[in-house]
Amino acid sequence: MQRIGVFICWCGSNIAATVDVEKVAEVIKNEPGVVFSTNYQYMCSENGQQLIKQAIKEHNLTGIVIGACSPRMHEATFRKAAEAAGLNPYMVEVANIREHCSWIHKDMEEATEKAVILVRTAIAKVKLNAPLTAGESPVIKRALVIGGGIAGIQAALDIADAGFEVDIVEKNSTIGGRMAQIDKTFPTLDCSACILTPKMVDCAQHEKIDILSYSEIEEVKGFVGNFSVKIRRKARYVDETKCTGCKLCMEKCPSKKGLNEFNMNLNTRTAIHIPFAQAIPNVAVIDASQCLKMKTGKCGICQKFCDVGAIDFEQKDTFIDRQYGAIVVATGFKPIDLDNFNEYGYHDNKDVVTSLELERLMNAAGPTNGVLLRPSDGKHPKVITFIQCVGSRDTSGCGKPYCSKICCMYTAKHAMLIREKYPDTEVHVFYIDVRTPGKNYDEFFRRAVEQYGVDYIKGMVGKVYNENGKLMVQGSNLIDNEQITIESDLVVLAAAIEPEPSVRKIATLLTTSIDTNNFLTESHAKLCPVESPTAGVFLAGVCQGPKDILETVSQASACAAKVIGLLVKDKLKSNPCVAMPDEMMCNGCSQCANVCAYGAISYVDKEFRLGGGKTEVRRVASVNPAVCQGCGACTVTCPSGAMDLKGFSSKQIMSEVEAICKM
Amino acid sequence: MQDVTTEKKEFTPTIVAFCCNWCSYAGADLAGSSRLTYPANVKIIRVPCSCRVNPMFVLKAFQQGADGVILCGCHPGDCHYVTGNYYTRRRMALLYSFLNYMGIEKERTRVEWVSAAEGARFAAVMNDFVKQVTDLGENKRLTDLRVKEGE
Repeated sequence: MQRIGVFICWCGSNIAATVDVEKVAEVIKNEPGVVFSTNYQYMCSENGQQLIKQAIKEHNLTGIVIGACSPRMHEATFRKAAEAAGLNPYMVEVANIREHCSWIHKDMEEATEKAVILVRTAIAKVKLNAPLTAGESPVIKRALVIGGGIAGIQAALDIADAGFEVDIVEKNSTIGGRMAQIDKTFPTLDCSACILTPKMVDCAQHEKIDILSYSEIEEVKGFVGNFSVKIRRKARYVDETKCTGCKLCMEKCPSKKGLNEFNMNLNTRTAIHIPFAQAIPNVAVIDASQCLKMKTGKCGICQKFCDVGAIDFEQKDTFIDRQYGAIVVATGFKPIDLDNFNEYGYHDNKDVVTSLELERLMNAAGPTNGVLLRPSDGKHPKVITFIQCVGSRDTSGCGKPYCSKICCMYTAKHAMLIREKYPDTEVHVFYIDVRTPGKNYDEFFRRAVEQYGVDYIKGMVGKVYNENGKLMVQGSNLIDNEQITIESDLVVLAAAIEPEPSVRKIATLLTTSIDTNNFLTESHAKLCPVESPTAGVFLAGVCQGPKDILETVSQASACAAKVIGLLVKDKLKSNPCVAMPDEMMCNGCSQCANVCAYGAISYVDKEFRLGGGKTEVRRVASVNPAVCQGCGACTVTCPSGAMDLKGFSSKQIMSEVEAICKM
Repeated sequence: MQDVTTEKKEFTPTIVAFCCNWCSYAGADLAGSSRLTYPANVKIIRVPCSCRVNPMFVLKAFQQGADGVILCGCHPGDCHYVTGNYYTRRRMALLYSFLNYMGIEKERTRVEWVSAAEGARFAAVMNDFVKQVTDLGENKRLTDLRVKEGE
């Protein structure tokens, strides 16, 4: 006979304010099978757990139901408590009477009635629960970091320093990412390259780090502790092991008209190139769409001049397979396309630039060697107007609804640097709000205004148009309540940032969830901000949400700590809620194996007794519990109903349905 | 039997919602923590993946007197189990035609994709579905009368 205990949590007033918890506990007492029912302020507290443990022992309970917050929150807590009291942890069910009841309903009677039904449903399920034991799976002591920007670099260095092997997979020919493009960093005005490149070199020299540049993730299989990843090493047409980075090929290459992506297409580069001086690996790459030899078959000059014979026009993409215990996603961001913002005249005027383009225009290694010159005529701009929130905080559908978070600070930085270097320049900034929370951030912004005399104008810009070679910025000044037009030489747009588009494919490969803005979803917004909902996959940097370098580095180190915590374990407990066939019913038809995304199902020949001393050998399905992830696809596919899922059996779900409908 | 006219006035449908653990159940949690309301007659059953939902469960719900059944899973391409929701989609398409064949309004069942970040969407979908089922009225054709008598 089942002996069920029911524990209703108040969650302070979170549940108790709209659900009459005492009544729920009272009504449930009369349910068949229930021998104990109580309520308590905080079930998850030490005392609450003690109460559960005591009740399990005192009343000899065979199963318990906790009416509390979402099982995604505290199921593990209550399972542990049950285990400590000698009850199998899988004999615990949680009725979600907070997120799915008290928080969404206002009427007490209605919410109480619903809570009773939800608890009854959980009781119906727990009665059919079976004790389960978690299996164990080994941990491969190697981590994969996807993306070689500052997030990936930091995560890789931290993990490698703890003694674990790390591979960085970077789609570009060098690591460094966006931070390598930036001139100075706020709020210290440190030179970005000066603080980034030593870390890049550390990565290259670290014996535990393997940099796979110009590579992409092609396929991911497996699960936490045991991922199997196929990596495409794109043909760079230069032998990485031979190239010395002497750059002679770049001097000789006759095809010089390729747009320089590193300089935000503001100047050109040769077909064979190294993106920037401090590139890691310092190895050339050939742009096949631009190379004369590849396009016409005539040229090959680089090959002739390369002393070490590193050029290989015949190179093909290759694939490597590696195993990892954990994966860090650090794919970063890009500024949005400005196609939806014709009012700013970005596509029509060369002198309307984005902030990242300005960053290159001010960088000593940039197209103008660090001298701020207008792209159109190469003159010094005398009046510069910044426009903030271009596509950020935009609910019209043209841009992004979120705040890109970094623009206020980098605009203040740009304004300050320009006023510092060229004091005769007039600088205006149109803003909606200035948001500068962070250590020394607001002080930094105030310096721009008070010390450097940057003219901040509260208001939005309606139009930027060209009149006799001048850029006319037409906007409103909300403080003075007037329409103004500023005659400018250069207009800088603080374009919103969005996740690097390749993250979509990676999210699909890793089966992690992604939100409507293409940011990867963290496991819990407050308490698990670096874990993805998929075990063993961690998130660092802007792929998870807008953030500056400081936050990115913090998050990357947090990821590393989580990865190290995972990799030091020799074995992981696996989920015991896996599929299991009833061999007496299985006819070996293979349908379940066809739908299994993990290849967890194989077939074995088994001998069955037929009675009368006779036996029969039949082919039946066999599930590898270490590989099965417990989705249940096979259970529905099985035509004979032989396959079932532990913890979510057909009988359990049917009884839940019954409990809900029986009102 | 209850009086038909009064029954119509007070009719609140019983709705069973199957939500996958990774996206939709989390979406429902987010709707809750964001305090977004939807009618109390929606009761959620947690399943690991929408592909765990056997069409038999849907029929069982109708047999037991549910007025509407809704399945929620991750968006296509975002399934935690890679391909699970594609199976759901195909299975439910078959179930729709089966219901249609039996003369049952297919509007009583629905498949929706709700991600873990879409609490607002979860609430909106539930509000809409409850309204749709309320307009259809009570499920009389599929309820097993023996179930009712047994009460």
